[in-house]
Amino acid sequence: MELIYFQLLAAILFCIGIYGVLARKSAVLILMSIELMLNAVNINLIGYAAFSSLGAAHKNLGQVLVIFIITIAAAELALAMAIILRLYRNKNNVNVDELDILKG
Amino acid sequence: MTVLFFAIAAFIVIAGGIGVVAARNIVYAALSLLAVMVGTAGIFLIGLAEFLALVQLLIYGGAVVIVILFALMLTRIQDFEFLSANKHWPLALIISICFFALFLISILANRRTITEMSGIDISELGLSLFDDWAIPFELASLVLLIALIGAVVVVRRDNEENR
Repeated sequence: MELIYFQLLAAILFCIGIYGVLARKSAVLILMSIELMLNAVNINLIGYAAFSSLGAAHKNLGQVLVIFIITIAAAELALAMAIILRLYRNKNNVNVDELDILKG
Repeated sequence: MTVLFFAIAAFIVIAGGIGVVAARNIVYAALSLLAVMVGTAGIFLIGLAEFLALVQLLIYGGAVVIVILFALMLTRIQDFEFLSANKHWPLALIISICFFALFLISILANRRTITEMSGIDISELGLSLFDDWAIPFELASLVLLIALIGAVVVVRRDNEENR
């Protein structure tokens, strides 16, 4: 095993996520693509943690960061889902191309 | 052998990722997301992060995908039946390929030479979480609490709406 496998997988997954965020219309799908990107970052961090050359005091830095990322991602997802549900109830629509009420 | 398992897990992750961004039906996209999460848990296992693989399965596979499916149930699902990419999708493809080229260059320019992997014990992880990272840990729990209360407040129907 080498670190580059983790890095390449993370890069591919992150780019799939970027494509999803930019190209899809449904807000739910954009949220899923963001989750893909967060996962790519987690894979990268786990790879670096496994191949770490840091001393014993900082060895678990990567895994601790992944725990915080998962926590914040869960909070973000709950809030975004709430906003999407609210949006659907108010506008009957979650197509981000048509949601331009903040345009002014 | 590890490389073989990594290849299988990576295949699941990438196929699932393409499924998320290319599926016509949003339920298939959500199930592809589940495949990505399970594959990522496998990658974590290969990366010697057993506790995080468990957390990944529980939180992402258990909670996140279920939340998305519930949201799809609550918003009328027939509206999402046939999805299409917006008309700028070639541009999005070009941008993501450019990002991939950027990542590839930076990965290849900074090759690491370490080849042996080393994991950490769950007990060590827990100790550092409650020792070095105690304040960020508590703050994360506070953020989670506030976000969930905020989600409930945002979704709750107002009294005028019920009448």
